[in-house]
Amino acid sequence: MDSRKGELIRITTLLVSIVVFVLSLPLYFNFNAHAYEMQFVEKLPWIPSFGIHYHVGIDGISLFLILLTTFLMPVSILASWHITKHIKEYMIAMLVLETGMVGVFASLDLFLFYVYWELMLIPMYLLIGIWGGPRRIYAAVKFFIYTMTGSVFMLLAIIALYFLNHRATGEYTFNLLEFYRLELSFAVQFWLFLAFAFAFAIKVPMFPFHTWLPDAHVEAPTAGSVILAGVLLKMGTYGFVRFCLPLFPEASHVFIPVISWMAIVGIIYGALVSMVQDDLKKLVAYSSVSHLGFVMLGIFAFNIQGIEGGITQMINHGLSTGALFLVVGMLYERRHTRMIADFGGLTKRMPVFATLFLIITLSSIGLPGLNGFVGEFLILLGAFRSRILYASIATSGIILAAVYMLWMFQRVMFHEIIHEENKTLKDVSKREFAILIPLIMIIFWIGIYPNPFLRKMDASVNHLLKQTGEKAQTVSNLQTQNTAVIPKIDIVSETKAEW
Amino acid sequence: MLDLVALILLFPLIGTAVNGLAGKRMRKETVGYIACGAIGLSFLVSILVFCGLLLLPPEGRLFEKHLFVWIESGSFRSLAALQVDPLSTVMILTVSGVGFLIHVYSIGYMHHDKGYHRYFCYLNLFTFSMLLLVLSNNFLLMFIGWEAVGLCSYLLIGFWFEKKSASNAAKKAFVVNRVGDFGFALGVMLIFLIFHSIDFTEVFSAASHGNFETGNFAITMITLLLFMGATGKSAQIPLYTWLPDAMEGPTPVSALIHAATMVTAGVYMIARCNVLYMLSPFTMTVVASIGAATALFAASIGLVQNDIKRVLAYSTISQLGYMFLACGVGAFTAGVFHLMTHAFFKALLFLGAGSVIHALSGEQDIRKMGALKSHIPTTYKTFLVGTIAIAGIPPFAGFFSKDEILLEAFVRGNFIYWSIGAIAALFTAFYMFRLLFMTFYGESRVDHHTMEHLHESPGNMTLPLIALAGLSFVGGFLGIPGASAINHFLSPVFGGHTHAEIAGTELAGHSGHHGAWLPYLMMVVSTAIAIAGIFLAYQMYIKKPDLPKKLTDRFRFIHKLLLNKYYVDEIYDALFVNPTKKISVKILWKGVDVRIIDGSVNGIARLVGGLSNVLRLLQTGYIRNYAFYIVVGCIFIVVLAVFGK
Repeated sequence: MDSRKGELIRITTLLVSIVVFVLSLPLYFNFNAHAYEMQFVEKLPWIPSFGIHYHVGIDGISLFLILLTTFLMPVSILASWHITKHIKEYMIAMLVLETGMVGVFASLDLFLFYVYWELMLIPMYLLIGIWGGPRRIYAAVKFFIYTMTGSVFMLLAIIALYFLNHRATGEYTFNLLEFYRLELSFAVQFWLFLAFAFAFAIKVPMFPFHTWLPDAHVEAPTAGSVILAGVLLKMGTYGFVRFCLPLFPEASHVFIPVISWMAIVGIIYGALVSMVQDDLKKLVAYSSVSHLGFVMLGIFAFNIQGIEGGITQMINHGLSTGALFLVVGMLYERRHTRMIADFGGLTKRMPVFATLFLIITLSSIGLPGLNGFVGEFLILLGAFRSRILYASIATSGIILAAVYMLWMFQRVMFHEIIHEENKTLKDVSKREFAILIPLIMIIFWIGIYPNPFLRKMDASVNHLLKQTGEKAQTVSNLQTQNTAVIPKIDIVSETKAEW
Repeated sequence: MLDLVALILLFPLIGTAVNGLAGKRMRKETVGYIACGAIGLSFLVSILVFCGLLLLPPEGRLFEKHLFVWIESGSFRSLAALQVDPLSTVMILTVSGVGFLIHVYSIGYMHHDKGYHRYFCYLNLFTFSMLLLVLSNNFLLMFIGWEAVGLCSYLLIGFWFEKKSASNAAKKAFVVNRVGDFGFALGVMLIFLIFHSIDFTEVFSAASHGNFETGNFAITMITLLLFMGATGKSAQIPLYTWLPDAMEGPTPVSALIHAATMVTAGVYMIARCNVLYMLSPFTMTVVASIGAATALFAASIGLVQNDIKRVLAYSTISQLGYMFLACGVGAFTAGVFHLMTHAFFKALLFLGAGSVIHALSGEQDIRKMGALKSHIPTTYKTFLVGTIAIAGIPPFAGFFSKDEILLEAFVRGNFIYWSIGAIAALFTAFYMFRLLFMTFYGESRVDHHTMEHLHESPGNMTLPLIALAGLSFVGGFLGIPGASAINHFLSPVFGGHTHAEIAGTELAGHSGHHGAWLPYLMMVVSTAIAIAGIFLAYQMYIKKPDLPKKLTDRFRFIHKLLLNKYYVDEIYDALFVNPTKKISVKILWKGVDVRIIDGSVNGIARLVGGLSNVLRLLQTGYIRNYAFYIVVGCIFIVVLAVFGK
């Protein structure tokens, strides 16, 4: 393909993604912060005979995730300017990916949700498998199969819900809002929770389902990593908030210790393993395990600070880690290596880059005044209110975060330049500057004045807490009697009447 | 006038932004003027605010300026709001005043450095962070300043980032501080859990209105956690190790870290939370003991160090120990008073040391100095003032504040606190005069080449020295026993219970068997101790210069132990740093991650692949095989149908 055509494709894609971003802005400005109901709802019949609808809408929880997606997309496309191989296919994959991601966050019909969920998988698989690094096939297959394994269980659970709902109401539908009204027995909740949680835990990824992440990140092209870390991982945490908590409240309560401990182990384990990586991308990948552990801990604190902190931290992680991958990508483009040992002393050659990189690093560390702190502190406060022990252990993660990030920064940016190749490095170009500056502005904004974000979540999060709290109350007696016993229940038999 | 308080923060912030964004394209002079001007204006506004506060009646001296809501979620709310009261006023005056002098000095000191604008950008940010820390009206906003001074120390200690030791020291400072911040953060969360608020006024009024009995467990936990933060920031045992390494930064930075900003944060925080601390006798004992232990421990290391800045660094740790000792026995005024006088004379000493280093083209080893008295007279005279002040000779500033701490330690605490403090005072006088004698007196050990370049520092460096020398001389008069202005000024913050009139009947009433003569006796004793220390140093380093060598040989083990700082860094490395690294690599990464988890994942994949390979063998492509399978299947079904029932 000649370069002019390539340029045209790039610019078109960039424009499209910018238009999408601009179109998504009214969601923010016209969002009614006082209503907990779904807003901007659209509902059209798709396959009416099965009760499947194109049913989308957003609330204060999905709002910011959609904005994050549409915001990161132009950034990622700008960061893909150097791609020359199959550029048309690459850009198509990127845009299909965006469709899938926005669809997942907006779907209110579980069938539609599942379609988007799987749709997302394919372009990401291709991005890693075609435009990735040397071990791209291994990484892509691993990524695909890991996610697929979880998805299968989720699909089963969705179908089970479909029939359970029919038995309760006599209506065939995949409407999530209808499912919310179901009064499921604890035993059913238990198993369905597990099925959903398994799919989401892999996506988050929670320890010990995280080993696909470092491989996928290392092999993925920069933009792939940015989207993967920035948005795809949030599908897991979002899934917990959107499905597990309100659909299976009692089961969620029972699983608090399990999930919380997995989160805590993830926080510390991710940080420690991250500390000793010698590949920049792997380091950032493991740091994601640690950060997402915080998010999960916040969600399962079951109070407003924890969940609002969790949602804020999802955004923050998308911005900070996305930015970190961009930075690593910029280094990679210059030196074609990601090994920390190949760098050192870059501050001397790239002072502007050093400043930007430092701000992003500090945001990831959770320095007060930058975005990471707001989320982390609210999460820990929420966790502290529900269980002091959990929060106390998890808080040690903030020490480790400083260790692994600053040590990395020191080895890459400080000291004398020892490698000849590094002596001729160029500072950030205008394009790179344009990529990072919007991210950094939002990093400061959320850090200093997070209210515009937090206030739009209030109504939805309060409603979510009410949903989970009230439902949990009704069956709590039942639950306290046999929490220790794993309920034996055959979903097939419960739904058999329908077949 | 109190309304102007936000300007105190705004000026340094503007300075940071302008120098950070455009400093590279500006002339050096402009950069310097902007930075100094920002802090200078801050200082002027601080004076205005101070005057505004004085106009209010003493019990009404509390002013809050609400800026905006920072973080709010559910019932949790942290405002961006500033608080002006006597304590924060003392702090802003000290920080911006001393900070300004350090800025001016830096113009000369950093003149040849390539990172000139970067330096002033960080320096302004540092001052801003510290001012935010002391002006905030709640714990979380304070935490911004708290962590931001940590960041600035990271940036400034690692200012010469090409040096590996500098970047290591920077990282160490940040990480060790983070360990303390871990405690601080938990403390803030616990405060919210107990008080349902993190605003100073609300928390303290709830605590002081008898809702909590003395020794309440939650309050004890809160105060201990907050104190953990203080040990990090104010370099106390066990988290002091970052401070001596912080020498790697430019010398004026050391002055800023050691005197006006950063290390005083912990003392300020405890003084600010005096209501909470007074509710927990256990924590107070911990604070006093750690303070006393640190004072002695660090002073003993200071006795044998040979790096001019390192001696001063250990002296800082030791002096901070005094401040904590004062707070721990409930003498918060004495702690804050010493904080202030220490800011004067320690800034003076560090800047003086910087001037010496400047004159000697970068030499820091006092074994390679000597007889500099006549070569750099202004530096010498001002350094002498600082040394006398820290040694505690009346009527210099250090005497009054240290004497008050020792007295309070004796009256409110016990004899052990006092004797530890007294021994540390002896050490202080000794090592400071050892430093003075080795640097400025005796025979010159400066090498020939350096000697040629030997010069007194320019005016913009000596003027701040002279100003600080003046402050170190007169600063103590603010706290003259019996007519203590600072006591009087701070009493609304510390309340009646923390305020002991040193002379007169009140003390006699508190502890009957001590008479009114005690304070005067104490003054005589502490002066005698200081003179003893000086005399010892004089004997060893002027009169009999071969004596130190003999002593070193005699007590080789102790000398080596002190010289190597009790091997604490090595112990920490062996206990924490290396095992963590090893476990992370060998067990967690290579073991759990690669072998166990990924091993099983890939194992399952291989298993499935293996099974498929077996199954593949069935697909031969020969019709006769398939026909055979069909027949076997049919037989199986028939058998099942016949015998299955």
